[in-house]
Amino acid sequence: MATFVKFTLNGKSCLAEEGQPLVAAAKECGVYIPTLCNYPGIPPKGACRICTVLINGLPATACTTKVVEGMNVQTSTPELEAFRMAVVEILFAEGNHLCPSCEKSGSCELQALAYRYRMTVPRFPYLFPKRDVEAWHPKILKDHNRCIQCKRCIRGIHNEAGQAVFAFGKRGDRVVINIDPETSKTVSDELAQQAMDLCPVGAILRKEKGFDVPIGRRKYDRTPIGSEV
Amino acid sequence: MLEKTMPKKIIATASLAGCFGCHMSLLDIDERILELIELVEFNKSPIDDIKTFTKECDIGLIEGGCCNDENVHNLIEFRKHCKVLVALGECAIMGGLPSLRNTIPLKECLDEAYLNGPTVADCNEQKIIPHDPDLPKILNRIYPCHEVVKIDYFLPGCPPRADLIWDALVALVTGAELKLEYSTFKFD
Amino acid sequence: MEKTITAVIKKYNGDETRLMDILIDIQAELGYLADATVAQIAKTLNIPQVDVEQTVSFYHFFARQPRGKYTVYLNDSVVANFHGRAAVARAFEEAAGCAFEQVSSDGLIGLFDTACMGMSDQEPAALINDVVFTRLTPTRARELVAGMKAGKTVAQLHGNKYGDGQNAHPLIHSMVCNNIQRRGVMVFDDYEPGTAIKRVVTMSSNEVIAMVKAASVRGRGGAGFPTGMKWDFARKAPGDVKYIFCNADEGEPGTFKDRVILTELPQLVFEGMAIAGYAVGAKQGILYIRNEYRYLRAYLEQVLADMRNNNLLGPLTAGKAGFNFDVKIQFGAGAYVCGEESALIESAEGKRGEPRDRPPFPVEKGYLQKPTVVNNVETLCSVVKVMLNGADWYNKLGTEESKGTKVLSVSGDCAKPGIYEVVWGFTVNDILNMVGAKDVQAVQVGGPSGSCIGSSEFNRILAYEDLATGGSLIIIGQHRDLLKDVVLNFARFFREESCGSCVPCRALTGMAQVLLEKIIAGKGTAGDVENLRSWLPIMKHNRCGLGQTALNPVITTIKNFKGLYDQRIKAGDLRFAPSFDLAAAVKDYEAAVAEV
Repeated sequence: MATFVKFTLNGKSCLAEEGQPLVAAAKECGVYIPTLCNYPGIPPKGACRICTVLINGLPATACTTKVVEGMNVQTSTPELEAFRMAVVEILFAEGNHLCPSCEKSGSCELQALAYRYRMTVPRFPYLFPKRDVEAWHPKILKDHNRCIQCKRCIRGIHNEAGQAVFAFGKRGDRVVINIDPETSKTVSDELAQQAMDLCPVGAILRKEKGFDVPIGRRKYDRTPIGSEV
Repeated sequence: MLEKTMPKKIIATASLAGCFGCHMSLLDIDERILELIELVEFNKSPIDDIKTFTKECDIGLIEGGCCNDENVHNLIEFRKHCKVLVALGECAIMGGLPSLRNTIPLKECLDEAYLNGPTVADCNEQKIIPHDPDLPKILNRIYPCHEVVKIDYFLPGCPPRADLIWDALVALVTGAELKLEYSTFKFD
Repeated sequence: MEKTITAVIKKYNGDETRLMDILIDIQAELGYLADATVAQIAKTLNIPQVDVEQTVSFYHFFARQPRGKYTVYLNDSVVANFHGRAAVARAFEEAAGCAFEQVSSDGLIGLFDTACMGMSDQEPAALINDVVFTRLTPTRARELVAGMKAGKTVAQLHGNKYGDGQNAHPLIHSMVCNNIQRRGVMVFDDYEPGTAIKRVVTMSSNEVIAMVKAASVRGRGGAGFPTGMKWDFARKAPGDVKYIFCNADEGEPGTFKDRVILTELPQLVFEGMAIAGYAVGAKQGILYIRNEYRYLRAYLEQVLADMRNNNLLGPLTAGKAGFNFDVKIQFGAGAYVCGEESALIESAEGKRGEPRDRPPFPVEKGYLQKPTVVNNVETLCSVVKVMLNGADWYNKLGTEESKGTKVLSVSGDCAKPGIYEVVWGFTVNDILNMVGAKDVQAVQVGGPSGSCIGSSEFNRILAYEDLATGGSLIIIGQHRDLLKDVVLNFARFFREESCGSCVPCRALTGMAQVLLEKIIAGKGTAGDVENLRSWLPIMKHNRCGLGQTALNPVITTIKNFKGLYDQRIKAGDLRFAPSFDLAAAVKDYEAAVAEV
């Protein structure tokens, strides 16, 4: 039997399972906290920082924070919202995000957040970094131009032996996601699909598949991300 | 129907390194163009084929980024003659598809396009890269408009939805606040 | 190759958490880590290649391609540049016949930039095959290259002129100098190894922690966390196995005190670790030390062996039944962020030095998920002296919130750079007089992650309650171009050293460099400066201290030297972006069509 703890969410008293990630607990209480690197069911990383909230007045990422008794959480202040929008803007300026030509457009979480925040143009300088498109793998296409280094694939995709298929390489603004030549050999169609679905943007694609949902019926065409909460 | 209470605003438009898709989308406002023409007058624009500014304008709509020096001169002209300048669509905002070349040195692009590409390798025997003085000079990369001149507003989309353009024009003409509707706010 | 790899991995029992040691040893044998080597290591350890690659590619000193028979890492820090680094670099390039980040065509000499290597009081300095060369001049650079071409060993290139103190010890034999300009009453005071730990083992762990708390010892790395509290958390954390780390990563540019302490007083440091071990209930201590200090390795190993022989480490430590504390040395491989305690732990586990999310804190789940204390070198020294002289003695030193002394690393434009141990509470002016600094434009307090202050603030005191510092002071003379010579260098440093995990740190460090270069080139606007300034609250949400402070060089100079920015920005009609340069933008085209 799970134990429940009481905590305060935006001034309202709420219940959550003890040890539940704050992002999930808030969702159950009807409060949407924007996330990008987080994905339910895989270990959180706190990489994108977009889910930063105030816990007892201090900033912390809601994906890596577990709810404890008496915690006082504020999910939205003008400063937090400005910060979240800044993260989205930074990501658009940091990589090469050509939405019009991307298979994931309409279902992309980064784009959806930009829509939610009505980002017209990033305030940050476009870097136009030189990045590769990696197509050697029989099932997976990796377009590094679109990668936001959220590490979802690293954390969530493993082969049958439980070994990593993806990992980070390098550091700083040169970080790159590498595909393991050995462990990725046995990647099935299902796992490739999982990897594509896990990727919040269009950086991991299944080969020989794409543009199969018409414009207008894609995930975020009609309703903003987070409106399901 | 919008009230016609003030003098007509003057609009100019240009397509720089774009595909004219944004202009097509502008025309996609359909019958509302009749309303629009009551409120505004077009000056330099491909729509009326006025080639040079004959008046100072209130609003300039720019489609496309800058891929050559002619785009740059054109954009600077627009900045000089328009009180408000709007970047219309992805190419004007961030370079768009032409900016796919931004991570490739220009020399490589030219070589591929004119010397070594599969469609030219056998027929360009003199190994010519077009460089007539009358031709615009190609820039080292695509520059989003705001990297060249100050841009006042940005309307995203590829192309921006006709309804978004309409809403924005109405806001600009009437001075009302522009509400960005989710259904019209898209990057593709 | 296979044999070497197998042997090294066997030495570490095939333990993938020892990947740092494995890679360091294999690189030492094979010169670099080729694709096939990485693949073979992965195969032998039975882990994916990408997991080996993620560690290899994170660290500056791991080479995936050959870096020359002689690999020169020439410091590119602010202070090195103050003292003529550019001319030395040019001399190396001309003599070696290759540019930096390249290897000469015969594979003999590789030239590479490196970040501050803890020699700021004797710059320009370089590492050549792990051996430190200081006070380089263009002539010396040419001489070194000639020596390399003549096939001399690195020891021959170094020669037999050694620095002061233990630098002349046969196991060090280095030209590095200590430059201890001022000995304080604590760290550099007289010391008899073993007396403190022998006293400590007669006390209970409770009593030891109570004493450290009573003395209000605070972490000397810069953050100033109360040491007693940290130990108490770790002691109370459940688990039989606990660890004590000594953080000697010392990557903050301008800092070199730990190098001197470890050269002159390693016993003091190890004794401090043993005391921490006793207090917390840990058996294993790990000295995490930066690769740049590898020349101290044999010496430190010998000191540890001597301490074991004298029962100051090992079974029956200090004669206490049941207390068995030992220390091993873990080298880093070039990553500033590993000075952050959780990144340091990740690195010691053989991984990328990416800071962890907190909670859990290292005192709960640290190295190998066990309770772990990470203390700065100087903190551990302080604790030993507290044990010897008492909490009251310690409390009498310093200011209200900052007790004891601070060892300062002073460098830059002054007559007497080096090490100064002072009680907390000295003003910046006091220090400037002490070190013989005249015509000072600015002082970088606490390294690039600290703040850059101007003369109006030289009356501020060094203390946690005012100017908190890990101990580095870089003095910047009036004649320096602060933005170009200092701020831009620091901006590049942070861009290079970000681990790349948090979005704001990864991207804004590079973007700040872009805007700064624009401003320095006279093409920036007031809007660009305002933009940079507005990034501070964004950076505050990064996970670790590096990320949170990575824009400090820019932010604190905008705050304190706004005039320098104003002088450079474009005013007037800003309808046309001053940064756009049409002539430059068509250059590539003109060159391409001129060719055909």
